[in-house]
Amino acid sequence: MRGIAIGASAGGLEAVGRVLEALPADFPAVVIVVQHIAPHANDTLARRFQRHCQLPVREAEDKEPLLPGIVFIAPADFHLMVEPELRFSLSREERVNYSRPSIDVLMETAAEAFCSDLTGVILTGASVDGAAGLVAIKRLGGRTIVQSPETAEVDIMPRAAIAACAVDAVLELAEIGPFLARLGFEDPC
Amino acid sequence: MTDDAAILENQRLEIRLLLEAIYQKSGYDFRGYASAHIKRRLEHVRARNSIPSFCEMIRRLIYDAGFFDEILQALSINVTEMFRDPEFYRAVRDSVVPHLKTYPFIKVWHAGCAAGQEVYSMGILLNEEGMRERAQIYATDINPQVLESARRGIYPLESVRQYTANYQKAGGHASFADYYTAGYDSVAIAADLKKNVLFSPHNLVTDGIFGEMNVIFCRNVLIYFGDDLQDKVIKLFLDSLCNGGFLCLGTKESLRFSAHADAFDVVDAREKIYRKRVVRVPSVQGEP
Ligand SMILES: C[S@@+](CC[C@H](N)C(=O)[O-])C[C@H]1O[C@@H](n2cnc3c(N)ncnc32)[C@H](O)[C@@H]1O
Repeated sequence: MRGIAIGASAGGLEAVGRVLEALPADFPAVVIVVQHIAPHANDTLARRFQRHCQLPVREAEDKEPLLPGIVFIAPADFHLMVEPELRFSLSREERVNYSRPSIDVLMETAAEAFCSDLTGVILTGASVDGAAGLVAIKRLGGRTIVQSPETAEVDIMPRAAIAACAVDAVLELAEIGPFLARLGFEDPC
Repeated sequence: MTDDAAILENQRLEIRLLLEAIYQKSGYDFRGYASAHIKRRLEHVRARNSIPSFCEMIRRLIYDAGFFDEILQALSINVTEMFRDPEFYRAVRDSVVPHLKTYPFIKVWHAGCAAGQEVYSMGILLNEEGMRERAQIYATDINPQVLESARRGIYPLESVRQYTANYQKAGGHASFADYYTAGYDSVAIAADLKKNVLFSPHNLVTDGIFGEMNVIFCRNVLIYFGDDLQDKVIKLFLDSLCNGGFLCLGTKESLRFSAHADAFDVVDAREKIYRKRVVRVPSVQGEP
């Protein structure tokens, strides 16, 4: 199974929606999204993204097995991790980069679980979260994509990611969904 | 396999050996905990102490008597609040308490009670429902340091605003200030709330059942366990509950992926409140 890990912060509600709407109903990879959000926001994110997406979108549950063709969203105020046997784990450990959920925590653990079968995507945001995550993905042979700072509502997070990691592709927001849609159908290594 | 993937494999081996060493040295068994979580926590300890590898950490663990406590503190995530998740306490009031009221005497177990906020919150709720005098409360954790804080029941003054707001959202009937006395920079839980509460060490992984509980709270503990260990602990709860007893998990935990899901009815799917099904003892029959 291929995995796609997407991280977004300020401006992400719009941007993540744009990426998800490009994925076809028979998309064969698992998609995992960390969108920074207020601690008390309940499960509205999944419902919101579902409106744009042909794939089922839902909040990841603890110890839930990852499944292809599903978009999993990190719950508010928990870190979301991927265990080596491809199940989710949640945690309330301290914030990372002032964030819980943290994009780095998702990407670093997913990188170790998927190795080269993972693609990491960093979208708009006013944070440095995700930069270390992309470095981990790259180190373990996965692919790294960043939204072009010019098309990002807030360019701090894309710029931080590009500075930290020799990313494989810097794409305009409109290109990212279609790019992932093609990539999902490539054979896993 | 890339070099880095090989390094990753070796590192996983080192961590398994470190967990084995922790178990043999201290008796604390973290081998079945969620491995992504364990790795992050051990990595913190390694980096903070500038130890070059997990293998070196094994040596440190064996020869430095104080080092295990640092590992234990790192592995015990103990963030908590009073009336954390107020809607949960509302649900307990509405769907659990009415059943408890039908018993002359009840036993309540808080497994993984951390510094006690959950215990005192529930104590307040039972008080307001007129149930406190009829309840024996057991509060357990693996971490002696947090158990000591739980016994003391002294919390930072800054946290009181949050606790008060939670209490009100949870449907509290009284003034929250009646339940503590404020000091200079901390508050002390009213001594009355400590009556009938027994704090004691108990490890869900290695210790046995607590018999005939009417309610078990185990909130935000199971997320740190791997799936097999979760199942084992859920079985422990099943065996510790009386027929029709309640199991309350954290809002993001569930029995959905457990092999024992069928032994429980769902009372509140959102707040993760479950009830042990009544097991009918098969009547003894004569020889066929
Ligand atoms: C996040 S706190 C939960 C506090 C409270 N129940 C709540 O939900 O706010 C988790 C607690 O579980 C304890 N714990 C971890 N492993 C345990 C085990 N094997 N047995 C008992 N307690 C454990 C930790 O020491 C920590 O205090």
